[in-house]
Amino acid sequence: MNNNDTICNFEKRKIVTIQDIQNDIIDEFSMFDDWEERYQYMIDLGKTLPLINEQYKTDDNLIKGCQSKVWVHAEMKDNNVIFTADSDAIITKGIIAILIRTFSNQHPQDIIDADTEFIDQIGLKEHLSPTRANGLVSMVKQLKMYAIAYQTQLS
Amino acid sequence: MFNVEKIRQDFPILNRQVNGKPLIYFDNAATSQTPKQVIDVIVDYYSNYNANIHRGVHTLSQEATDAYEQARIKIQNHFNAKKAHEIIFTSGTTHGINLIANGFSSILKPGDDIIVSALEHHSNIVPWQMLCERTGATLKVIPMNLEGELILSEYDKLLSANTKLVFVNHISNALGTINPIETIISKAHTVCAAVLVDGAQSCPHIKPDVQALDVDFYVASAHKMCGPTGQGMLYGKEEWLQKLPPYQGGGEMIAEVTFEKTTYADLPHKFEAGTPNICGGIAFGAAIDYMNAIGFSTIAQYENELLEYATQQLSGIEGLKIYGTSAYKTSVISFNLEGIHPYDVGTILDKLGIAVRTGHHCAQPIMDFYNIPGTVRASFAFYNTKAEIDSLVAGVKKAKLMLS
Repeated sequence: MNNNDTICNFEKRKIVTIQDIQNDIIDEFSMFDDWEERYQYMIDLGKTLPLINEQYKTDDNLIKGCQSKVWVHAEMKDNNVIFTADSDAIITKGIIAILIRTFSNQHPQDIIDADTEFIDQIGLKEHLSPTRANGLVSMVKQLKMYAIAYQTQLS
Repeated sequence: MFNVEKIRQDFPILNRQVNGKPLIYFDNAATSQTPKQVIDVIVDYYSNYNANIHRGVHTLSQEATDAYEQARIKIQNHFNAKKAHEIIFTSGTTHGINLIANGFSSILKPGDDIIVSALEHHSNIVPWQMLCERTGATLKVIPMNLEGELILSEYDKLLSANTKLVFVNHISNALGTINPIETIISKAHTVCAAVLVDGAQSCPHIKPDVQALDVDFYVASAHKMCGPTGQGMLYGKEEWLQKLPPYQGGGEMIAEVTFEKTTYADLPHKFEAGTPNICGGIAFGAAIDYMNAIGFSTIAQYENELLEYATQQLSGIEGLKIYGTSAYKTSVISFNLEGIHPYDVGTILDKLGIAVRTGHHCAQPIMDFYNIPGTVRASFAFYNTKAEIDSLVAGVKKAKLMLS
């Protein structure tokens, strides 16, 4: 392995697109046979992942979702937006983990352009329904708002 | 003889599946399901005599008017109002409350008090806050204890010559507590305050007698008692309804109109501006007929059995806490699993075909009182069964296993 290869690999890692990640997630979920396995996976994601630094769980970062609360924090690093988030409900937190995995550490313009259709494909559509009142719809809007703000800074 | 299996055949929706499982409907406190006897009336109305009422000379209009006014009499008899025109058709409980709040805006002055209870739904708090902002009156709150019961000794302290209106729900939507409205009403009358009772949660379970209660105003919704949504009733004592100004202007509510002056129609039309939900009113009458044919004492007895059974079975789950433990409650169980968010429990139960309500039940002050984000609420109707409760208990256990 020469030095050049390392650079190549590094470049490759950097160009993992939102679409690539979403495809990976669709693949992962296709291994589950039924809703129970899908939900157990999400619950485990929600339980294990440290999603946000406690100092960012402030009222300013809170999205009120009627049923469950969602906190979102964003910062810019090397021209990419880094998101962290959390929720007081574990299933909501599991879905946040999936959303953060796709949207975080991406270029603002890519975040602006991305959609969340993959959520339908992994059988979790109902959680991004505006009637669900779990804060996730507002959360996705918030992620995009941050991306727009950072994109404005960049240009 | 009450036969739940026979009753269930009246409700087509109970045959459907949700997420591949037979529907278990335990969200009756939010809205009840509709029996085919009521659905048939709705279909018949639109199939055979749909027309505008109170003005046409043609046959359809006469038929629709007759059916609508007959429904008013059914409601009058059900609530034992002295006169049919003391029953005002509304779009629902919230409409009735706002109608009264609006009426009192011309009565209240700064220094007057309105008393509400700590057990109220948001729709029972906000109209009074708005009324206080408009009139300079003060909103006072009867506090509750840990069992979810109102503290009447505190109510005594709040009552004074300044009290103009007392507003309380008959039964709490979030906890199921039956409030002692007889006492609340008679005490309010000692200081000449009017009392408005929200019967949205009580009317599916008990048959209130407005004359025996001596209540000034009583409101309810059809959709919680086997009727359609968008339909409700307001009972008001005749002298009060005469005294209050109209709520909305429009057709139906006027006697004579010139550009100089309009005189208002007599009761009940004074409060029924515009074309009403005619079919809704007629179907409400049919729903009341349906429930009375089963009988409210039969319904109450059976639902109480369900409540006792469910309370006992759910209490056996370790870490499950029930909120609202008054000895006087209807078939509502609000609960949480220790360390688990109610939203998560509700989501898993939905996957199992079990419909419950989760969240703060539009009663955030009650949730703040217990310092919880919300609860899971299972509310039972007379068409539910013990076997369904067994499924709920199994579902809650499964949710606990998956989530903890």
